[in-house]
Amino acid sequence: MISSKLIGKTRGGLVSMLAAASLLTLAGAAQAQETFKLGVVTFLSGPAAESFGMPAANAAKLMVEQFNKAAAPAPYNKVGFGGMKIEMVLVDENGGGAKQVQELRNLYQRENVDAVIGYVGSGDCLAVAPVADELKKFLVLFDCGSPRIFEDASPKYVFRTASHAAMDNVSLVRYLKSHNVKVNTMNLINQDYAWGQDSRGDFLASMANVYPQAKMGADLLPKFGAGQYGTEVSVLGGKQADITYSSLWGGDLQGFLLQGAARGLFKDTTLVLSAADHVLPGLLDKMPDGSIIGARGAYGILSAKSPINDWFQASYQSMHKVLPVQAGYRMTQAFMGVKLAVETAMAKNGGKKPSPEQISDALRNSTFETPGGQIRMALGDGHQAIQGTAIGRTRYDAASKRVLAVDVQTFGAECVNPPANMKSMDWIKAGFPGAKCN
Amino acid sequence: MQIVFPIVIDAVAYASWLFIVSLGMTLVFGVLKILNMAHGSVYAIGAYAAATAVALAAALGLPPAFSLVAMLLSAVAVAVTVGPLLERGLLARYYGRDEVVLLLVTYALFLMLEDVTKLIWGVNPYYVSEPAQLFGNVLFAGMRIGGYDLFLMVLAAVCGLITWYVLNRTTSGKIVLAVIHNPEMSASMGVNIQRVYVVAFTVGVFLAALGGAFTAPMISVQPGLSVSVIIISFAVVIIGGLGSIQGAAVGALVVGVARSLAVHLLPEIELFSIYLVMAAVLIFRPEGLFQSVKARLI
Repeated sequence: MISSKLIGKTRGGLVSMLAAASLLTLAGAAQAQETFKLGVVTFLSGPAAESFGMPAANAAKLMVEQFNKAAAPAPYNKVGFGGMKIEMVLVDENGGGAKQVQELRNLYQRENVDAVIGYVGSGDCLAVAPVADELKKFLVLFDCGSPRIFEDASPKYVFRTASHAAMDNVSLVRYLKSHNVKVNTMNLINQDYAWGQDSRGDFLASMANVYPQAKMGADLLPKFGAGQYGTEVSVLGGKQADITYSSLWGGDLQGFLLQGAARGLFKDTTLVLSAADHVLPGLLDKMPDGSIIGARGAYGILSAKSPINDWFQASYQSMHKVLPVQAGYRMTQAFMGVKLAVETAMAKNGGKKPSPEQISDALRNSTFETPGGQIRMALGDGHQAIQGTAIGRTRYDAASKRVLAVDVQTFGAECVNPPANMKSMDWIKAGFPGAKCN
Repeated sequence: MQIVFPIVIDAVAYASWLFIVSLGMTLVFGVLKILNMAHGSVYAIGAYAAATAVALAAALGLPPAFSLVAMLLSAVAVAVTVGPLLERGLLARYYGRDEVVLLLVTYALFLMLEDVTKLIWGVNPYYVSEPAQLFGNVLFAGMRIGGYDLFLMVLAAVCGLITWYVLNRTTSGKIVLAVIHNPEMSASMGVNIQRVYVVAFTVGVFLAALGGAFTAPMISVQPGLSVSVIIISFAVVIIGGLGSIQGAAVGALVVGVARSLAVHLLPEIELFSIYLVMAAVLIFRPEGLFQSVKARLI
């Protein structure tokens, strides 16, 4: 009796297993034919293309190639996204917020993409986030820095897999303090738009905590893409300061550095730059030695050695012949976050292509390893990432013809990012309560 | 006095750069009545060509001072290649149409040249700071002035004086002025209008390319150069009066002074200052400061 029951149970179990195996095989066959269509939006033209857009696009191409060949290291070593080959639709971000809203609708409604990864510009991120939510489509912001996206709203289908800009300035100020950099006077030069204004605000608020005695000399706000900085150099040169802080980037930063160096501006002040790693391969010996720089994450020459970073740097250099810089890292971590989220969601729904809701549920509050370190979706109800970062000083190495980072200090995610229950500016102004620094 | 000197020097340095670029734009409008939107693209092409020429000169082992000659030659090369091609190949087909049509044609050209530039030189930046480094800097009245800035002031003055001299003191210049004044009458007197147009447009292209070429050592040459230049050049020629060389000079100075004052004294309004000045001028002089007197044809 017992044995017949056992046999019956065993037979039932075998039947169930066979049925499940058949279903999985069918699902696998379906996956083999199915693709995951992914919209990728970044600057392919315009002033941000060289610094951010193209490195990001290059990283996206690399990830598609590596993932589709299952050539990435574990846990990213399945083909494509959960067996589905990735089909990328690359869109130019140039043209402003209104155009990007239209392009995003096109991607979802005409191209029928399953997800979108994109946007360098904070203005573009702020413009497109409500559209993705309205259409109930999955969107990952990979680069833009404005904290407002998840501090002023709570989008359901929108995520950002990189830290926002508060981290950059908090870590710079912590670095100055821990390296005993004397700051009694400071000059500032930032672009007169969202990024420059937000960065300036975060830096000044952080300085007020750590260096309350520091007095501001010049506080300049040239327009985005000004190109000519002769007048600004005069003003900065006329107000001697211990440090000169800037969140300039791309061609603006390069132009400012070239014009300032030609007039000897950087001989008597230490440059403190929040997002400067991407200009180093072009500037080389024209970059003033000893400048304190950030890369908006532990990226490029500031990144820590790890197997996954070694793989990324080697693959990127093999494909594009240059060391990856910050935007490439951020694009890569967005791809990795989405890949794991899609695969986690598929594991829960019997291997079928997941819906935007299912991918969102999987990415929310998740943690994953990337070339730039660990990413934790810890803020904005699990939609906004925090990560560690690194700051260092530049030194041109004539032998290798590269700018190296020396005196690099890394900061843990919870040391330089606000806790989940606070807005970044409130956290900075309150003196970084709850910060966990080693 | 401590603040006045830097404000004046910075204003003149900025105005010099602006004048070189705006001079070509106002000349083309004066002769051909074309508000050339592609002027900024030619400026960018000039910058890229200069970057390439300087690198080539260095690769050939020529002395560093030759880089200045290389920049000048690159501007000439751009002018003789692009100028006649655009004027004869494209713009000439639209003469006689409404001015707005020509504006749209040059705008389309601007968009296409953006892509052509990207096609040829890519999106990566080019640096040619070596020519600027040749001049070093000068410490004067407590202010460190870039030698290259002083050189650009001289270059702007030379460009302005040569243009003025050719137009007002030579037979060829007087023919151009006659064409500006009345093309039909000039044609009936035997003036080859087509030749005047192509030469004037090529000189305009040369000045734009020259501006780009001699700006290249101060900046990172990369996509996006043309947009900012075209906007500010428009502001200059509108303030000065379209088609007026004196107007371009005064307009550039007005913009230079406004910007310098704003950056030194009130940085928050720098972005707005140029347009504030432009609005103020246009309220009192809707056709600009130096709009030339037009004879009424019966």
